[in-house]
Amino acid sequence: MTSLPTPPPGAKKLGLVIDLDTCVGCHACATNCKEWNTSGHMAPLPDRNPYSAGQEGVWFNRVHSYEAGEGEEGRTVHFPRSCLHCETPACVTVCPTGASYKRAEDGIVLVNTDICIGCQLCAWACPYGAREFDDDAGVMKKCTLCVDRIYNEHIPEKQRVPACVSTCPANARHFGDLGDPDSAVSKLVAERGGVALMPELGYQPVNRYLPPRRAPKPDAGPPRDPGPLPSQITNPLLRWVDKVLSR
Amino acid sequence: MNPAPSIIVFTVASGAGYGLLFWMGLLRPLGLVPSSAGFGALAVGIALLLIMLGLLSSTAHLGRPERAWRALSQWRSSWLSREGVAAVATFAPAGLFFVGVIGGGGAFTTLMGLLSAIGAAATVFCTGMIYASLKPIRQWHHPLVTPGYLLFGAFSGAVLLTLFAAFWGAAAVPAAIAAVLGAAAFILKRAYWSSVDAAPPVATMESATGLGFIGKVRPLDPPHTETNYLLREMAFRIGRVHAQRLRRIASLAGFAAPAVLLALALPFGGALGGIFAFAATGLALVGLLAERWLMFAEATHTVALYYGQEPRA
Amino acid sequence: MPADGGASDRIIYSAPVGDEVKTTTCYMCACRCGIRVHLKDGRVRYIEGNPDHPVNRGVLCGKGSAGIMTHYAPARLRAPLKRIGPRGSGEFAEISWDEAMEIATGWLKNVRETDPRKLAFFTGRDQSQSLTGFWAAQFGTPNFAAHGGFCSVNMAAGGLYTIGGSFWEFGEPDWEHARYLMLFGVAEDHDSNPIKTGLAALKKRGAKVVSVNPVRTGYSAVADEWVGIRPGTDGLFIMALIHELLRTDRVDGAFLVRYTNAPWLVVRNPGGADDGLFARDADGKPLAWDRARGAIAAETADLSPVLVGEFTLPDGRKAQPVFHLMAERYLGTEYAPEAVAERCGVSAERIRRLAAEVADIAFNHPLTLDIPWTDVWGRKHETLVGRPVAFHAMRGISAHSNGFHTCRALHILQMLLGAVDTPGSWRYKSPFPRPIPPGPGPAGKGAKPNTPLAGNILSFTHGPDDLLVEEDGTPIRIDHAFSWEAPLGLHGMMHTVIGNAAKGDPYRIDTLFMFMANMAWNSAMNPLDTIACLTAQDENGDYVIPHVIYSDAYFSETVPYADLILPDTTYLERWDCISILDRPIGSSHGPGDAIRRPVVKPDRDVRPFQEVLIELGARLGLPAFVKEDGSPRFKDYPDYIVNHQRMPGIGPLAGWRGEDGSKKGVGEPNPDQLQRYIENGCFWRHHLAPEESYFKHANATYLANAKAMGLIGKSDQIVLQIWSEPLQKFRLAAEGHGAKQPPEHLRERVRTYCDPLPFWYAPLEQQQHDTEPFPLSAVTQRPMAMYHSWGTMNAWLRQIHGANKLYMARARAEEMGLAQDDWVWVESRSGRVKAQLSLMEGVNRDTVWTWNAIGKRAGAWMLTPDAAEATRGFLLNHVISEWLPAQAGPRLANADPVTGQAAWYDLRVRVTKCAPGEEGVTDPLPTMLHPPPNMPEPPDILRYHAGGAKP
Repeated sequence: MTSLPTPPPGAKKLGLVIDLDTCVGCHACATNCKEWNTSGHMAPLPDRNPYSAGQEGVWFNRVHSYEAGEGEEGRTVHFPRSCLHCETPACVTVCPTGASYKRAEDGIVLVNTDICIGCQLCAWACPYGAREFDDDAGVMKKCTLCVDRIYNEHIPEKQRVPACVSTCPANARHFGDLGDPDSAVSKLVAERGGVALMPELGYQPVNRYLPPRRAPKPDAGPPRDPGPLPSQITNPLLRWVDKVLSR
Repeated sequence: MNPAPSIIVFTVASGAGYGLLFWMGLLRPLGLVPSSAGFGALAVGIALLLIMLGLLSSTAHLGRPERAWRALSQWRSSWLSREGVAAVATFAPAGLFFVGVIGGGGAFTTLMGLLSAIGAAATVFCTGMIYASLKPIRQWHHPLVTPGYLLFGAFSGAVLLTLFAAFWGAAAVPAAIAAVLGAAAFILKRAYWSSVDAAPPVATMESATGLGFIGKVRPLDPPHTETNYLLREMAFRIGRVHAQRLRRIASLAGFAAPAVLLALALPFGGALGGIFAFAATGLALVGLLAERWLMFAEATHTVALYYGQEPRA
Repeated sequence: MPADGGASDRIIYSAPVGDEVKTTTCYMCACRCGIRVHLKDGRVRYIEGNPDHPVNRGVLCGKGSAGIMTHYAPARLRAPLKRIGPRGSGEFAEISWDEAMEIATGWLKNVRETDPRKLAFFTGRDQSQSLTGFWAAQFGTPNFAAHGGFCSVNMAAGGLYTIGGSFWEFGEPDWEHARYLMLFGVAEDHDSNPIKTGLAALKKRGAKVVSVNPVRTGYSAVADEWVGIRPGTDGLFIMALIHELLRTDRVDGAFLVRYTNAPWLVVRNPGGADDGLFARDADGKPLAWDRARGAIAAETADLSPVLVGEFTLPDGRKAQPVFHLMAERYLGTEYAPEAVAERCGVSAERIRRLAAEVADIAFNHPLTLDIPWTDVWGRKHETLVGRPVAFHAMRGISAHSNGFHTCRALHILQMLLGAVDTPGSWRYKSPFPRPIPPGPGPAGKGAKPNTPLAGNILSFTHGPDDLLVEEDGTPIRIDHAFSWEAPLGLHGMMHTVIGNAAKGDPYRIDTLFMFMANMAWNSAMNPLDTIACLTAQDENGDYVIPHVIYSDAYFSETVPYADLILPDTTYLERWDCISILDRPIGSSHGPGDAIRRPVVKPDRDVRPFQEVLIELGARLGLPAFVKEDGSPRFKDYPDYIVNHQRMPGIGPLAGWRGEDGSKKGVGEPNPDQLQRYIENGCFWRHHLAPEESYFKHANATYLANAKAMGLIGKSDQIVLQIWSEPLQKFRLAAEGHGAKQPPEHLRERVRTYCDPLPFWYAPLEQQQHDTEPFPLSAVTQRPMAMYHSWGTMNAWLRQIHGANKLYMARARAEEMGLAQDDWVWVESRSGRVKAQLSLMEGVNRDTVWTWNAIGKRAGAWMLTPDAAEATRGFLLNHVISEWLPAQAGPRLANADPVTGQAAWYDLRVRVTKCAPGEEGVTDPLPTMLHPPPNMPEPPDILRYHAGGAKP
């Protein structure tokens, strides 16, 4: 329902942890999400002008590329953006029909497309651009955290994760219960200093982004003799004349 | 934000309609407007017409207008739902008020008028709160937005009332109210603009991406090379020069000029006053449309940060 | 009570994904990942990575995951087509397969009966070269190649002539153990998913990743250090690293004397016919100078070689060890960091630091695995000790005219560090290593009517005698590969075929037969000139290239320029064989191969190309494709895959051979072989035992087993070649020795570039014209979401990359008064193209770049002519020439002088702002292409949905 649920004790906070340090920007998460979901719970994810000018479609996951910092000191960062399944999602509370709702049991934010009127106020209320309007069906759609995969008994247990996580070649996407401090994802967040996006807005996103790591300092050990300049020795080759090498 | 015509027409028309209804409900029992059935029918009728026109227009923004009735259900959390409930609830007393004013009125009509006025104020308040509650849009999430909606509705209603009353030669009170409200609206809008112009952005590309610790964040490539719903809807941008011109039109034509004209109409009255009221109405309409268009066009949504739009144009 | 959206939402938590799932192999690029294709009501519901597959282990990239849209694209050709209007008009008539095969057979029969060379058979991104090459040899034409010549032959040749393997698909970093990885010129490349997975693993372990690349995107983006080098100078940078290692004496002497030809003696006899060749004993074995025994066979187990000095051989000749010659060269001042810094755009201090870093990891942090193994001298070692410094390189260093020597230099750097196939370093992928160079010379001499050529058309030259040239030095091949213009042209030179055919250089051809090669657009250097060649007519109004046959699955830009179209299937509708004879899916863990099998039936009148080729072979009576009685030998492609034997017991697939399927590598055909592959997820993989996993070039166990499995012919040590004797043989010929010598106009070129030791030179095109007016290098790369697949017919991928911009360093652009999104002209010595500008931080300041092959010709790929690909997308190809700047003598390809590799990245340009009014649309903007008949009308909206939604 539109009012936020009071999660039962021990309720999960399912979400994604996205590693910006290893994401290479291949768009696998975006297209795999698209292919799963265009025949999934919120099917279809239509595409306008698919073979002409102005091609655009409904995507639950979009990969941006940014540069942070200047010149060689900076970094190029690929940045997948999808629903963060916030703890206090205004996209839910602004919904006039109850179509937009947050699940008490696992925290997934969904849209019931059967009752959505397509007013799009939820899209305005979402700071992260996670709402995707299907103007063909006239209803709002969004990332379902692959609710039709993660509990799917027809899928091998190891692969019961969102499609984006399952397919990511760079191991840059992790799925789990961020409400449980002992879960693998929570530990990863703690270890890597995972951040919430735009925390100042107070939506309390569940998803976390792991920042790019600082380059490891080369383990050069104690500085060695830089060696003579070629000009400082008459014939540098002479060094090897007496070197005894054998098999 | 994309200035969608359906929403601009909706808020301007229904704002004026509710304003007109509000003043009719309030001033009629006090005898400050003509109490004739003709005047009542005209004023309340036009008010209802504007409200319905506005609501009709708003459904053009819906993907599934046939399901619009569902919007009444979430009044406990959603200002949009509350607006719908308030609007629907206002129709009952307003309809009876309309019948009442035609039928000559009485205590019941007065009661219905007062309830209509309360309903009108509540509905416009909800409209304002829809916008004011949206944190990602700092120009809307502002303490002057809801007062603004109320004030602009009351002002435009008063202007219309003045115009109608002028035909009955009884425009003095509405004109005075409209002139005062116009002046107040002018001041409020200027205060609002200077406030939003000075306010810091609600978020930055650095906080939106969490990458600020590396340095300045710049977009390299968008996710898709063509446009999309989010960009069309929420990354609309207006040029600074264009915005300044529209601000002048909105504040001068929409509020200052009508206020002056209506103030001038007071001493003149008669045909000349009518002409002033007519001019004021026209100017206010143009100005309010410009104001509302700007309300959207100048609003920035945090999602635009992901596409590299600097927090300020 | 308010409506409760959650309570009324109908979620099916456990819907079956589809009705059935079939495994096969992806073909969206050259990575060859295993996929599971879920089908629902006969439609493709979902394609995912196969978790059991050794290549991708369940992951799947952006292209593979968009396979549905490639499979169902409206641009799929529907039926065989015969041209009925002028070439390029797009006027075609649909014909039956019978008629199509008769036409093709008629043309080809005539060619084969008269002069088989007049068939030029070139395939593009195809992965069945073991079949196509074999077919060409059976036909009897030397004019065959795939796209390697314009892709990465420098990488392949540089590696195969130096370490018997290569980066590319022939080797990979030891992802599990490397502590330091340096990437050179790696954009999205072979192998796409294993690199991604490997980088993640490496970074998780805290290893350092350094990327040397003019552009910081993709893998360079996740690197811990980005070295934004200027294109074409990687060789200088590498040689400066070598200089530093030698100068500071941080080289792995033990590795060099055991595993490389560093101790081998090179004859010093300037002007003599033996100068620069290895000193050999009576049995032809190379000699080394032993500290105690003087000149003895270098293979001697207890050799204690002297690495520097000049020695007098028993026959009185002077000789010096390879190490001496190498050290002398790279210690030269021209390779000092200070000397190269400005040219490379990398400071001398940084070069020194990077050299110190790799040396530190290699020598202060060796990696020891407690795995006993036995070397080729029969000595047992208790542990495997490695240098955990790995290198990987790809097109960025390969696609230059100095790329061959650059690639070789990188392998020498690896050898100096002792980092070839050791724990933590770069490792061979099975079936590599192979002898250096592998196999006999290329087939192609003496082409005769109705006669197959014996041997492989694309093979390895060992010296001038192996070249495919006439007595006077004229090339035998239409593309001039394996001629003096490209003595190591291992992969052919597809980029010259059409130009040479139109010019009749060295002769006119009759039929150009191409598969999956978009030569009228993005596969050509200079597409408009290529189109002019395809449409050129002689004085009688006949086409100069009389017949063009083209096979492709899609309406690409090349389709309108063919006379006969043989429509191919999509990758989900076909059998294929990722063969051990070709480019298999082996890894450092062991050899492997794979199949592709149909998971859906074609809904069009199309046939898989390989099947068509086999039928054509039978119709033409090619001996290997017909039985004794002249009837077809193979029923279809699967029949060929299972029953063809290249040599007794060796066929396209190595797994489950033998009548009962129990044999690996070598064994009789197994009628159930394909079924066994299908049961195993469509792949076969043999796992090497731990003791044969490293030092494969000198690992007795590995070499013996590899020989038994048919991967190599001999189990001898594969000695890594610092000094390349085959190159010296070409050089000697240029110096006037031997019967076969280069023609005069090429003599100096061969002498210069066939240097037995790598050296750096400015790219040829830059040497030969005034680069002053063209201050910027210009390069391209493929975006990950469209790598190795042109992709634009795919409705999802074209949303990601629908147009491309020209990227330039922000600081440089600001100096030039250029701003983000400005429209600019990009001009080179050969033309100009209009593009929109985008500014970035992570690009070398002297370099501009763009995504390749995003720009499309209006109308092609069933896109409407207003599509962004046609109006805002652009090809840098328009300003690249396939020929070097005008010069005396015959024209030469804009290519590496050793291998013929197309030098795409040697391009120099200037960028200027467009005049007002010129913005908005790219230029050149060739006329719109018209689709073939009966193509479907593309929809305005696509609602792809294959079940699984709410009831």
